[in-house]
Order: sequence, then structure tokens, then C-alpha cells
Amino acid sequence: MASSELRSIPALLARNIREFGHHPAYREKEYGIWQSWSWAETGAEIEAIALGFLDLGVSEGDHIAIIGRNRPHFYWSMVAAQMVGAVPVPVYQDSVAEDIAFVLDHCGASYAVVEDQEQVDKTIEVKDRLPGLKDVVYLDGKGLRKYDHAHLKSFADLQAEGRKKQSALEPELIRRRDGLDLDSTCVMLYTSGTTGRPKGVVLSNRNIIETSKASGNFDALTKDESILAYLPMAWVGDFIFAVGQAYWCGFCVCCPESETTMHDNLREIGPSYFFAPPRFFEENITTITIRMEDAGRFKRRLYANAMELARRIGPKILDGEDVSAWDRFKYRLGDMFVYGPLRNRSGMSNVRVAYTAGEAIGPELFEFWRSLGINLKQLYGQTEASVFITQQPDNEVRVDTVGVPSPGVELKIADTGEVFYRSPGVFVEYYKNAESTASTKDDEGWVATGDAGFIEEGSGHLRIIDRVKDVGKLSNGALFAPKYVENKLKFFANILEAVVHGDGRDECTAFINIDLTAVGNWAERNNIAYGSYQELAGHPKVLDTIQGHIEEVNKSLSTDEMLSGCQVHRFLILHKELDADDGEITRTRKVRRKIVAEKFADLIGALYDGSDKISTETEVTYEDGRKGSIKATLDVRSAKVFEIKTKALEAAE
Amino acid sequence: MNAMAGNYTTEDGREIGDVMMEMKNITLRFGGVVAIKDISFDIHEGEIRAIIGPNGAGKSSMLNVISGFYHPQDGEVWFHGAKRPQMKPYQVAKQGIARTFQNIALFEGMSVLDNVMTGRLTHMKQGMLAQAIWRGPAEREEVENREVVEKIIDFLEIQHIRKTPVGRLPYGLKKRVELARALAAEPKLLLLDEPMAGMNVEEKEDMSRYILDTNDEFGTTIALIEHDMGVVMDLSDRVVVMDYGQKIGDGTPDEVRNNQAVIDAYLGVSHD
Repeated sequence: MASSELRSIPALLARNIREFGHHPAYREKEYGIWQSWSWAETGAEIEAIALGFLDLGVSEGDHIAIIGRNRPHFYWSMVAAQMVGAVPVPVYQDSVAEDIAFVLDHCGASYAVVEDQEQVDKTIEVKDRLPGLKDVVYLDGKGLRKYDHAHLKSFADLQAEGRKKQSALEPELIRRRDGLDLDSTCVMLYTSGTTGRPKGVVLSNRNIIETSKASGNFDALTKDESILAYLPMAWVGDFIFAVGQAYWCGFCVCCPESETTMHDNLREIGPSYFFAPPRFFEENITTITIRMEDAGRFKRRLYANAMELARRIGPKILDGEDVSAWDRFKYRLGDMFVYGPLRNRSGMSNVRVAYTAGEAIGPELFEFWRSLGINLKQLYGQTEASVFITQQPDNEVRVDTVGVPSPGVELKIADTGEVFYRSPGVFVEYYKNAESTASTKDDEGWVATGDAGFIEEGSGHLRIIDRVKDVGKLSNGALFAPKYVENKLKFFANILEAVVHGDGRDECTAFINIDLTAVGNWAERNNIAYGSYQELAGHPKVLDTIQGHIEEVNKSLSTDEMLSGCQVHRFLILHKELDADDGEITRTRKVRRKIVAEKFADLIGALYDGSDKISTETEVTYEDGRKGSIKATLDVRSAKVFEIKTKALEAAE
Repeated sequence: MNAMAGNYTTEDGREIGDVMMEMKNITLRFGGVVAIKDISFDIHEGEIRAIIGPNGAGKSSMLNVISGFYHPQDGEVWFHGAKRPQMKPYQVAKQGIARTFQNIALFEGMSVLDNVMTGRLTHMKQGMLAQAIWRGPAEREEVENREVVEKIIDFLEIQHIRKTPVGRLPYGLKKRVELARALAAEPKLLLLDEPMAGMNVEEKEDMSRYILDTNDEFGTTIALIEHDMGVVMDLSDRVVVMDYGQKIGDGTPDEVRNNQAVIDAYLGVSHD
């Protein structure tokens, strides 16, 4: 079939069945064994669900909520929903009933396909507020026997009834399926809503298929890839990787046995195409490091030597640069004894392309994986863009950029420094929210990212500095990008959290939270006794160490054209850890600048008035909700600032 | 509702079947100590039956009588309408009675999977030699048994620790593994000796859910001993209350809660 006829996900499914029907499409570990479904079997399953939907009375344009962890059945349900002209709406399965109620109410879902009793309970809890919700289909019936089944149906029954009425319902199914085109809605995804209520992003078949095609070609993905689907189904990335690209390229999507077995399953599957947030790579290194520290002396030395070599030449080999034959030979040996086993342990033996995105990744961390021979790259994306805005080509991987514009994407930097993009993947609209749509997407199709950045001259790579709303100016007009500096600080293991101040001031200052595990470890090794976080944080040697870190960051900032004005002049180590219970950071560990600034106003004052000590008292909330207060006297220190080697760029007016 | 009159329907609408096990005038003595004194009660099919009482009341002894570990000096145990002769615990197990222990009794060095597989022992017919050679019928048998075990692992959500040695697990999980092993025997009657002892609230909630699900999903009859009154009152259909080896109450949770003898036993009697 010509690609012009591949206008919907169900059409891609039909092509995959026709062209490689016996090739595995889904795998899921259940009862301790990897079960698999070929494309042909998948087609039959999906058709049975679609017929079941018709039997339930699903109309075209209905919204069907999907609530559950990554399981083939839910991916099938999404495609089945598309097949009958409905819109699948995957929902974060760990949302509380309240949030689920908001989403279901907002999209007016008439049906929901959910995983188990837990999710059924949530829908029942908020049912009164959802008059539009007609039926709920559940996959796992455990504990549901006693429930009122008037509006509750098991997944197996849904399929069975669909199959039974196949002959009667099939003409309608074919009519609806053939009516799909590139402009029909493919999926609706709710943005997680760090600011305000979540918004429903409507993505059309065109968005998904064009994006999948372009990004699939970019990394030369084929039907022989396999991926592990473990990130929330409600997240756009999972939809692109496990539905868009999987159906476009025809590769196999593997679902873990349960959330807790993900690491084991990753090792068993050994995917060839992999995405993970930086946190995943970080945790993995921690595990490896701890285990190596516990190993015998011989193994420790072998590991240290091999890793040193890898750090030196690993990335070069990956990028195809010139490496001496002797080094190549040593790397080969290292691969046999160290790198290969490490890749295997981490489940990345077969990885051909790996991406990370979402937050800044530490240079050491990034280099660690690349030096092992894993092609780890960065991408920059958004739900509104069907993920891809920029990504790094194979031989141009760098830690400080997010890559070049993805195929088909145009970039533009506004005067404010904000990054705008336009692409075939740009979303259709925010559902029932014309106002937000208009303020995000202009008439020419340019979408505001909310991030400030610039395109590097020469390489054409995009560098993201910070959120536009956080970027400010120092009183001398120099650009102030707190998050950029904070990230640099946080790459040091000893620094858990940093808050940089300076908007409208004449210089930058910082609050530091030390990492109790890392610093505590160091204290233990150096026989430094401490009773609490506060005591350790106030130790002069700890202050010395942190000062060293800050000066290093200052040094690297001094060479940065745009951000040399952001060097940290004075700092203090906070007497308490920033805590979500106290509202200082969000549950996802993002600093709430305003609250921190208000709460510690006296400390900020001390950072700027030149005093070298400050006494303070702070209210804290304990885990059980009781409140108490901490009193402390903190040292304020000055850090060495480096001469600015290039002229500080003045922020745009 | 007269709970003692054979078949009945519970408050949440479950149909409870006929009498499955009946204890008639059981008396158990250890030398001069009378652990159980002339106690009679029954357990219906499909029911969740709790035995409660202060420390030393004889609850665990009673469970041991049911499981065939202790042999009462007087009284009769009737199971499925027939008087049970004096039996060894493994013979009782073969009749479809499985149990968990107050102090976890798992093989610490073996993996969770192997521990749960031991629960299938009463269902294995192949001899030791055949199992050692493994090919043929023994292999088929192991696959069949493994299938049952995997369903239980899935049911109790312990897939992530399938290969972990039990000794490395935290307490709450060990309790769950023990329940898994008991369930692997596909018992008709499941005896739980303080399934929630030493657990935090969250673990208790989980365990309660698994107990209810077991009863609901497999139709297993459950007799349990528990100290947490909240749990007992919520979970069980009927409660036997023991004190100093005697039965002082028997009935639905509500009936028991309002029974003066029970209140006295738990709260003590004032001396004026």
C-alpha cells in the first residue's frame, strides 16, 4: 500500500499484519514467562475490542479513558478506540480520584478501560460527578466479584461479546475505520499541569504519523527494534515510542511484569531502542558504584583502570574519531571484562539508540554511559510538539546542548530569548480551551515553549538556559538564569539542592542544601561526628568543600558568554533540607522560588548586607503533620569570583 | 440473624455454605495445665472465622488442634461430616487444610519461588528419584505446579521478589510469602495464626485485602487468630472468643462486641 494511504494508526496496523504478520508486536511477562503476540494476533485482539466497543454503544467522537500501567491490552484498547472513531485518553494511573475526576469530566469520557480494583474504586468514588461516564471495563477482576456489575464489565467479556456479534457489527466497524484520515484525532493527552489545571492536548493522526516517520528515519529505526514500555501511558513520549513509532516501524513493544520488576525485565529483554529520564541513569550508576566499592581489591582496580580508559577514549570510539590501535586493543579487552558485563547488568547490551530528556543531565553521568559504548543522546520535546523539537544526531552528542532541530521542525528564538517551534507535529488544540490554544500557538503555527535558549553558532545546536519566567536580569543588565547555575551546582554529588538569587540585584548569591548521603559518607570516612543534618551542614570543612564546588562553577561560568554575570558571590548552607511538606519544593522536587524567598527573607538579606553570620528560626512540618521550629546560626561565606573573560551579554529589553 | 443455624448470608451478601468443620467438646491438657477446656464451635464453608482472646487464652493451641499438630484428650473433630481420626499434620494437610505460623516458618536460604513451591508438595505424586532425573512425568508435574504457584505469585503481587532469598526480605513480605506458600497447597480451609502481628498500618491494610481476596477469589474458608480488634471486626463473619481455655463468646462481630463476658475479659472487671 502506498504510504499516502497510511492515514491512521489502524491503517498502519493493517499494513503491519499484511507485511509481517508473524513478527512479534507485543510481549508481556506474565506468570513468570514472556508471552508474545504477533501483529496478526494483535490485529485479532484489537478487532475484538473494537467490536466490543461497538456492542457497548461507543459513538464516533466519544472519549474513552484508559487508566492502567503499561500492558498490551491498554495499547490495544487505544487502537481499538481509534478504530471505532473514538478518542483514547490515557490517564496517569497513580492519579488520585480527584485528578481522574477532573480529566474524565473535562474530556467528557463516556467509557473507561481500567486496570483493576484500585482504579475501579477511584471511578466509583467520583461517579456522581461524572454523569457522562456510562460503562467501566476492567482488566483484572480480582476483588471485584461483589461489585455491582450494572455498569461494570470485564475486558474478557467485552472481547467475547464483540467476537460473538462480529458478523452483525463488522460493516459498521469497517465504515468507521475507513473514515479515519490524517486530520482525525489520534489521541488526547493531558499535560501534567505543574502550573494550574492540566490541559488536554489534542494530537491528530497527522501529528503522530508524521512525527513518527521523521523521527524513525532520523535514527533509522526498523521493525526489528524492541523497546520496553515502562513510562506512564499518559505521557506523550510513551505514546510516540510505543504506539506512533512502533506502528510506523512495526517494532515490538515489551511490557514489564509489574512496576517493581522493571529492572529485571529490562535485562531480560535487552531493548535496542531505549528512553529513560536522567534519574534512571543516575540511580543505575549509584548501584554500580556501591557494588564496586564492596568488591575485592583486584576487581576494584580492574574497574578503576578500565573506566579511566573508557572515559578517555570511549566517547571518541562511539563518535568514530581517531583512536590509536593500542588504545583500541585495550578498549576491546575492557569491553570483554568490564564494559560488556556492565552494559548487560544495566539491560543495555543491545541498545543502539538511547535517549534521555526532561531535565539537565550531569556531564559525568552522561559521559559514563557513553564511555561504556552506549549511544546515549539528548532530546528536547513537549507534549504539544508530539515530543520531538530537537534531538542529537549520532555523531554530535554533547552534554550541554539538546541537539539540532528534528526533521521537519523549524526553530525561532524570540527577542525575549524564548524558543518557538513549528512542525507537522504541532498539536491541533487544547481541548475546550481556545484561550490557552491561542496564547500558546499563533496563527502561523509557531508554538511557545516557555523555555529560554539560544542556537549555538557554528554547530546549530540548541541550548536551553532556563524557564522564561525565571530568567531575569542583574542590576547591571547581565542575564540571570538561576536554574542553569543551580544545575551546574547540583552536578556535584555533595550538593542536593541549590537556590540562586540575583534578579534585580547587583550580584548572585546562593542557598545550598548538602546531600546527606554523600556528605555523611565523607564525614564517616574522615571521622567527623555529627548528630543531624543541621550540625553537618554547619561544619567548617563542609563549608570549605562547598565553597570549592562553587568556585569551580564560577570558573566555568566566567568563560560563558551569556551567563558570566551569574557567578555566585556569596552563599550559605541552609540549616534544613528544602521539603515538599513545608511547601518549599514541589513533590517532583522543583524549587518554589517565591516561597523560598519569602520564608528565608532574613537569610537573603544577610547574603546581601555583608554580614558573616545570621541567626534565624524556621518553622518546619514533620511527617505526621505536627509543626515545630529550628533555630540556627549560619555562616555566610564569600566565594572567589573569576574575571569575566568575555563581555557579559545584556538581556534583551 | 442466628449465626449458628447452618447456611446463612453475610451482611455483605455472601452466601455461606454448610458446616465444614466442627469442634465438639475439645479439651486439651499439657500435664496438669488445661489449655483448652470443653470448647465446641463450628466453621462454615466459605466463611472467615476469627478466634480471639487475651494472651494465653489457648487460641494457638486451638489452631494446632485443627491442624492436627496437637491431639486433644477429649472431644471430637468433625470435618466434612465425618469424624476425623487421630492424624499426623501431613495427613491433615492432604485433606486440604493449610496454615501460616505466628513466628514465620520459611526456609530462609531458599528463594521465594522455591519456598512457595514447597506448598505444592502434597500435590506431587512423583517419587524423589523421578524428580531427581526430572525428564518426563516429573518435568510435566513441575510445570503444572509451577503454573499454580505463578498464579499465586501474581495474586499476591510478589513477582519482584520471585528469585530473592527469603532471608533478605523484610518482615511484612515474609508474611506474604508464607501466605503464598499456604495458598499454593490450594487449601479448602486456611488457618492464619496472627497474620498481622508486628505489621504497620499499611502492611495490615494490604494483608487484610489479600485475606478478603483469597476468600472471594478462591472461595477458601479462613480461620484466623488476630489481636488487632479493628482488623478482626472488619474481616470476619463470626468470632469465637476464648479466655483461660474456655469459650466465653461466639457470634457475629457485633454480637461479640456487646457481650459482657468479652468486655470483662478484655478490659478487666472492677473489684468493687
